[in-house]
Amino acid sequence: MTLLNILVEGTLIGGFYALFACGLSLMFGVMKVINLAHGDMAVVAGYVAVFLAPKWHVAEIWSFLIVVPLFAILGYVVQRTLLQKSIDRDPFTTLLVTFGLSVIIENLLLAVYSANGQSVNIGSLVSKSFQLNSSTYVSYVALTVLGVAVLVLGALQVFLSRTNTGRVIRAVSDDREAAQLCGANYKHLFGIAAAISFATVALAGISYGMMTEFVPTSGGANLLFAFEAVVIGGIGSLWGTLVGGIALGIAQQWGAHINPAYQILFGNFLFLIVLAIRPQGLFGRKEAMA
Amino acid sequence: MDTPLLLSVTDLTVHHGQLCAVDSVSFQVGHGDVLAVIGANGAGKSTLLRTIAGLHHATSGGINFEGQDISASPAHRRVTSGISLVPEGRRLFQSMTLEENLLVGAHKAAPGTFDIAAVYELFPWMPDRRKSKVRQFSGGEQQAVAIGRALVANPKVLMLDEVSLGLAPIVIERIYEIIPQIVASGIGVLLVEQDVSQGLRVATRVLCLLEGRTTLEGRPDELTSEQIEIAYFGSHLGAEGERESA
Amino acid sequence: MSDTLTPTSSLLKIQRSTFSPFFSLGGVVAISIFFTLAPWMLAASWVSILSNFFILVIMATMWNLLAGYAGMISIGQQGFVGMGAYATLYFALKGMNPFVAIPFAALACGVIAIPITFLLLRLRGGYFSVATWVVADSAMLLVLSVAYLGGGTGKYMPGLLTLPSTQLNHDVYLATWIGAFVVLLGTYLLLRSRVGLLLSSMRDNEVAARSAGAKVTSTRRMIYVVVAIGCGVAGGVLSVSQPFVQPGNEFQLQFAAEMLFATMIGGLGTIEGPILGSIIFFALQQSLQNWGVWYLVIFGSLAVAISIWQPEGLWGAIRNRFHVELLPVGYRVKEPRA
Repeated sequence: MTLLNILVEGTLIGGFYALFACGLSLMFGVMKVINLAHGDMAVVAGYVAVFLAPKWHVAEIWSFLIVVPLFAILGYVVQRTLLQKSIDRDPFTTLLVTFGLSVIIENLLLAVYSANGQSVNIGSLVSKSFQLNSSTYVSYVALTVLGVAVLVLGALQVFLSRTNTGRVIRAVSDDREAAQLCGANYKHLFGIAAAISFATVALAGISYGMMTEFVPTSGGANLLFAFEAVVIGGIGSLWGTLVGGIALGIAQQWGAHINPAYQILFGNFLFLIVLAIRPQGLFGRKEAMA
Repeated sequence: MDTPLLLSVTDLTVHHGQLCAVDSVSFQVGHGDVLAVIGANGAGKSTLLRTIAGLHHATSGGINFEGQDISASPAHRRVTSGISLVPEGRRLFQSMTLEENLLVGAHKAAPGTFDIAAVYELFPWMPDRRKSKVRQFSGGEQQAVAIGRALVANPKVLMLDEVSLGLAPIVIERIYEIIPQIVASGIGVLLVEQDVSQGLRVATRVLCLLEGRTTLEGRPDELTSEQIEIAYFGSHLGAEGERESA
Repeated sequence: MSDTLTPTSSLLKIQRSTFSPFFSLGGVVAISIFFTLAPWMLAASWVSILSNFFILVIMATMWNLLAGYAGMISIGQQGFVGMGAYATLYFALKGMNPFVAIPFAALACGVIAIPITFLLLRLRGGYFSVATWVVADSAMLLVLSVAYLGGGTGKYMPGLLTLPSTQLNHDVYLATWIGAFVVLLGTYLLLRSRVGLLLSSMRDNEVAARSAGAKVTSTRRMIYVVVAIGCGVAGGVLSVSQPFVQPGNEFQLQFAAEMLFATMIGGLGTIEGPILGSIIFFALQQSLQNWGVWYLVIFGSLAVAISIWQPEGLWGAIRNRFHVELLPVGYRVKEPRA
């Protein structure tokens, strides 16, 4: 029965990891930017939902309706200003800048909101679950998050493969200069990719807050998981990110089953093993490795 | 030549760091013109085209298109103005199909005669392969797609950078066969070509560059091969059997 | 462009520094004497501050060697700091004097680093950086699971509690000062050697360096191991400076931020840079003491701004403006005055 437990829990958390990671994957795929502040943006969204939504008379459970569009705009602005300047310099600078931003954000949150745990109030929903068998319960919230993850990834996939803008974004990530020669304003398109990234990570952050408590430094651990999910699944493949997230979740649950201290460690090992034997990930293309 | 002017380049100077790649080059391209820019490797030809397309900043000089100064315009806006470049090395979108490549080329297209259907007519083998990934195509096929992708934007000036590079002679001929059809619709063509005879065959005017400077300009039928050789290689490397010029 | 190229090599001089070497050397000796005698000259609180300062200087210098000279951006060096701390604890638990254990602990870090390079050096750019973080994280998690080393709760470093506190402070201070001196001297000598030249060429153009015969990967491997040893030194002295050794303290991600920020602000790719950055860091930390974590926000903002607008850092700006180099490692071509 514990095998079922491991698989179910791993899949559920994997869905969350995939939702968290798809923005990271997009920014890396399109702009070759590894946004080390990605995790912290999710946490900021959580804080906005908990502290600012009530000020605007919005119940926390519906706060995402406002926060997600807000973060989309924020993402566009941050990309067109700060991140574009870093990209114009070199990847080195971008890594340093996003790392710096991460530290700034975490400490700002710490200074303003202290280290107390927060969570997004969804009333009694948080503990409701249904029973699969004698030892396995499936939480409704976690299941919903998995569902949302699948929906978001699907929508993103359709956007990229069927729409004009999505196609041009893919063109820019294939060959930026050639795309410019086709009339693509790559800075604007980078902005759109960043907007989508921030929007999805805001959704992920609020979801996280619904499932568990968060503190200013929660972004760091989740960033690590997100990155691991992307690498395991393969850069450049959105569905790969889902598979990667689930694989990571299952590995972690397996580790936890052996010894709670091994939970994160098992995930790290899976990540390092994939990097060692198949660095492009399960579904990634070899050419995607820069 | 009384064809109305499309592109007018005046005293264009472009640097790569400290190296002067293009040195005070001037020329004009009008409707139906085919201007071939020839010269040895490193003569500055590609830099010239890339600067006109907006991918590179000029140090000084003017680039005028239909009377407007476009030297400050970013690359993507020059496309909508009507200048399209088929870059050196084809540079197709490798993750995409033929049709998707053309669709991207068309997404900011100006109104005009060239749409995807017109490109399919120009290259009849394309419709059957439109759903295939371009990375499986041969060199010649990829070059055709690259040209099609630039045409689909309905440019008024089409620039071709070394389209014959890496292709078999028969393929090169087939590619150049379509130039007259392009020109017939009024498009001005500016092409860079290392294969001098190919360039001369199709051009209405020729410009020769050496170390960034213009060494020769004129109509192909007015230039002797001796003049071209001297302009291409430089005057201190004389032709066979000739004394070195002073 | 001139028509003729007259060889002027007979008139050009190749120099290593702008100042007369005696001036720099004299300065270094004077400062070294000052720092060695500091515990007897300064108040105890200043001595503590200097100890922590030296630890940061070690970390920043090492991060700079890795990132600024070898081009490898790591956000996982805190892993080796932690490993150095815990290796020291391990040797101390086995009966060794903790201060004596420090160099052994540092060497242990170097040994552990070798197999890690075989994974990490196959990665590029951002992949490399995040992988370094995962490695550090894993190291911490492994230590957490070992009860002998104190697990999650931590352990007291044996052999320290019996010493009187002033002597302990002095000993700790001297350990950090010697550690910093050795690390800085080692780095200076390394960069002045052929390895330094190799690193410069790799940094400027890797493909060209390879084709000229430079062994890029093995050089990188060596630097990674050297830096691991250096961070191990930092970890070792860190572990003796606080009586209680805890994973949370020794493997802090904050170290990564500190060494990165200090180096970027001070000046990447220069020896003086990390030192200057560390000075600024401590100045900021001391003056903003009552503001909690705000000093990190400000420090971070400064680092971000400098990365974008003045990537050579403060020392880079000073060096360009005044053409001064206190610890020169490069070569300068001096043209004859016309």
